[in-house]
Amino acid sequence: MSAETSLIKARGARIELAQVRKEYADSVAVDDVSLVIEPGEFMTLLGPSGSGKTTTLNIIAGFTAATSGTLTVGGKQMQDLPPHRRDIGMVFQHYALFPHMTVAENVAFPLKQRKVPKARRAEMVEAALETVRLGGYGHRRPRELSGGQQQRVALARAVVYEPSVLLMDEPLGALDKKLRESLQLEIKRVHQEVGSTFVFVTHDQEEALVLSDRIAVFNDGGIQQVGTASELYEKPRSLFVAEFLGESSTVRGRVEPDGDGSCLRVGDRTVRVAGRLPEGSAAAVVVRPEHLRAQPAAEPVAPGANALPARVTQEIYLGSGRKLELALPDGTVLLAREQADRLSGVRHGDEVTVVWDVERGVLLDDPSGTTHPPVSGDRTPVAAAEKSGR
Amino acid sequence: MRTGPARIALWAFSALVGLWLIAPTLVVIPLSFTDKASLVFPPSGWSTRWYANFFSDPRWLDALFSSLQVGALVAVVATVLGTAAAIALTRSGSRWVKGSYGLLLAPMIVPTVVVAIGVYALFLQYNLLGTLLGFVTAHTVLALPFVIIPVTASLRGFDRRLEDAALICGATRWGAIRQVTLPQIAPGVVSGALFAFVTSFDEVVVSLFIQSPYLQTLPVKMFASVTRDTDPTIAAAATLIIVFTTVLVLAATFTTARRNRVR
Repeated sequence: MSAETSLIKARGARIELAQVRKEYADSVAVDDVSLVIEPGEFMTLLGPSGSGKTTTLNIIAGFTAATSGTLTVGGKQMQDLPPHRRDIGMVFQHYALFPHMTVAENVAFPLKQRKVPKARRAEMVEAALETVRLGGYGHRRPRELSGGQQQRVALARAVVYEPSVLLMDEPLGALDKKLRESLQLEIKRVHQEVGSTFVFVTHDQEEALVLSDRIAVFNDGGIQQVGTASELYEKPRSLFVAEFLGESSTVRGRVEPDGDGSCLRVGDRTVRVAGRLPEGSAAAVVVRPEHLRAQPAAEPVAPGANALPARVTQEIYLGSGRKLELALPDGTVLLAREQADRLSGVRHGDEVTVVWDVERGVLLDDPSGTTHPPVSGDRTPVAAAEKSGR
Repeated sequence: MRTGPARIALWAFSALVGLWLIAPTLVVIPLSFTDKASLVFPPSGWSTRWYANFFSDPRWLDALFSSLQVGALVAVVATVLGTAAAIALTRSGSRWVKGSYGLLLAPMIVPTVVVAIGVYALFLQYNLLGTLLGFVTAHTVLALPFVIIPVTASLRGFDRRLEDAALICGATRWGAIRQVTLPQIAPGVVSGALFAFVTSFDEVVVSLFIQSPYLQTLPVKMFASVTRDTDPTIAAAATLIIVFTTVLVLAATFTTARRNRVR
């Protein structure tokens, strides 16, 4: 990259969505989304398909008009501005390169629209292609390149005019796993180099964890939670977030009072949790697999730990360790992960005790359980580990 | 390769159908080279005097020139309108799309003589009979379906996201259509333009109704000629039309075929 281009490095713009809503004739695609994305931040909109994340991105781009709500980018109202006047770059899932132009013409396209002089254009195109490590590919046609290379050309085309905001709509969705991983690092590096605000849409939670400064988890048209990867992983505020991000083990039950916290009645057992929910409400305790242990049924349980009887139904070798599937008597399947250097002796088919420290369990409201009437003392139905909203 | 009686029968049948389709052409072309002043088939001797006659008679040349002029204008007007209509129809989410599409394609289905009578009545009222504007207007209506169909087909294979990409890159809506959409659907547009020209160039029925002694297209002049003087110049004119339209239609077909190979 030439010294000159790095001097006028783009500064990211702040994006503010306030009560944005998008209704179609028979559905609500985006339901009251409010979100502030800081200048230069890498924000990922994560969620299953149909959760409203792509519609939200298209509203920022200007391809979709919001039914109500406001959108500002860099302090400027955007509602009535057409896409070509928004100073936003975008990378599409299927590259959207212009097939009748060479790679260089594709990257030069935004500069041509901005009437950048021809000589300067060539310089900027080469610099942008260098940024995505495709220097010297300018004379080729997009169809002569591999999928990964095409997506890097699309990235170059989106950053060449140094927009204050860069939108990416599942840009790696069409690529295989290996290529995806190397392009993730590439995107992260480009983000640091250009300094624009990045808004990245994906349904792949691993990708979100690798790339993002912060993640907004979408479900059913709304944002469930916004936070850094570790906040979302360690302190999920809803069962949906807990189950969508990373692996989790969920034990469902009903809240019972206790002296210094809450107890959850699970079948004929109770487990203790840190946190409180109203008595009688349906709730779930979520434990990450690395915090669950399986020990032989005969072994005594350490004080301060929760314990439930289970049977090992699956043993999965991971190289770095192993994963155990543990079935509770009611059929709920929990996951436990063990590091290679501290494997327990339990085997497939063993009767075991599942153990976790009370403070490792996150107590969450269980929206799928509210339909059951609270019957105190009775055996509470424990739903199978279905993922709500999927 | 299999050679059975069924296959031979199929070949024979296909050859017969082919012969039936091109038989009139096979009669007209030799007729145009006859040395007699009558339309007797087969000709007893050969000459090119009827071609010489065609190119030296100002009435034939006027008719040819009128046809070329009307055809070229129709090709331009119908291509612009038809392409715009095709883009609108593929983009619009309106519930009128299906109806509008049917309406625009109707000239292909409605009997031409019905169209001709309607056009005649209307043109009579507005003094458009025998005018260039009248010919171009009437032929454009007939040519529109032949533009809309190939352009719509091209647009169906066009990725809308490319236009979105152009917009977000800073192109205006017109800029995006001009720089991205049109180059991508160019084969459809070109074949539409060629078909529009051919449609106008050999249109007879409507032209007969709206002609005047001052403005006649080539087919009209031929019709008049065959009813008045059975002069083989008409065969020469017909042969020229055959060659000309065949070349254009082949060109249109090949642009479409090349596009399909590229995709």
